[in-house]
Amino acid sequence: MKHQSPLSPHLQVYKWQLSSLLSITHRMTSIFNLLGLTIFAIWIFLLFIGENTYNYFEVFASSLFGKFIFVGITWSFSYHMLNGIRHLFWDMGYGYEIKTANLSGILVLCASFILTLLVWIT
Amino acid sequence: MVQFNLPKNSKVEKGKYFKSKVSSKNIKKINVYRWDPDKNENPRVDTYELDMDNCGPMVLDALIKIKNEIDSSLTFRRSCREGICGSCAMNIDGANTLACTKSAKEINDEINIYPLPHMPVIKDLVPNLKQLYKQYQSVEPWMQSNKNSNDTENLQSIEDRSKLDGLYECILCACCATSCPSYWWNGDKYLGPAVLLQAYRWIIDSRDEERKKRLKKVADELKLFRCHTIMNCTNACPKGLNPAKAIGSIKKMLVTEKSA
Repeated sequence: MKHQSPLSPHLQVYKWQLSSLLSITHRMTSIFNLLGLTIFAIWIFLLFIGENTYNYFEVFASSLFGKFIFVGITWSFSYHMLNGIRHLFWDMGYGYEIKTANLSGILVLCASFILTLLVWIT
Repeated sequence: MVQFNLPKNSKVEKGKYFKSKVSSKNIKKINVYRWDPDKNENPRVDTYELDMDNCGPMVLDALIKIKNEIDSSLTFRRSCREGICGSCAMNIDGANTLACTKSAKEINDEINIYPLPHMPVIKDLVPNLKQLYKQYQSVEPWMQSNKNSNDTENLQSIEDRSKLDGLYECILCACCATSCPSYWWNGDKYLGPAVLLQAYRWIIDSRDEERKKRLKKVADELKLFRCHTIMNCTNACPKGLNPAKAIGSIKKMLVTEKSA
């Protein structure tokens, strides 16, 4: 039997561009945000059930792992929101030049970390 | 479901090594994707040692040197060698570009050359672009106007003509389309950056009278809105055009133009 035409390599060989990296991050943060919302819902649910069960949540939230998760979700929300604003500008027709898009991307990335820092410092 | 891995028959294997027959201080290793339809084998990557002191400056020159002097079986498309025909589009050093306008010196390490990504391979660096051409045909890339007659010219103001700048220069090399992850995963339905830029080129042409029809045709969740502004297309375009912006313009038109 003849060998079928192969598919040329894609993800395996294509170099990451800043723009593609930020784009996939946008998508991944949307999934983390869903996780964050779930945790938020559980939090409120436990509040309703009563003090005993809520204490379990307190233990989780004050643990190192819990804090890591919460800081992570804060960043994920920040990034997704800020990059969403970047998308809105694109939708209005601005910021498509490579230089502008790279700059706005770096700006969003830095701002997302600053926003996370601000939330957790205060 | 999106398949991130290559199918079994497409897994790339280690190929042959062609040592340079001349001794030179300026030896560069060129790794080239090879696949022969007449052999029942998986694709492989062959490595050629090339004396760059006796080679033209562009990646295409290196490929031609390999074909002339080392391995005549190496297959690739090329024609104009000056970036206007779009034949030698391939993946060089991890990004799509034209081999004839890409300087070999710019690449510090070994030069990795693959066919345009996520396409069926015909042989070596020659991909099958049938699907793309079919999609190009689907946007009816020709002037549609009743005004056309053989007696008079169809005039256009300078301002209207300038709207085609940055669009008419497209040579349809497919660098952008095959750099787009959305096109990789949904290439059968999503038109991709190259075809959408062409679609926009006709939508925005003041002489064309089928603007509404064209917009309506392309306004589709899959055909158009699979673009997520990843911008690999604009980064790849060897002519410095901006397909991402053209797609953005179509999206904007669909919202702002009531008739659309």
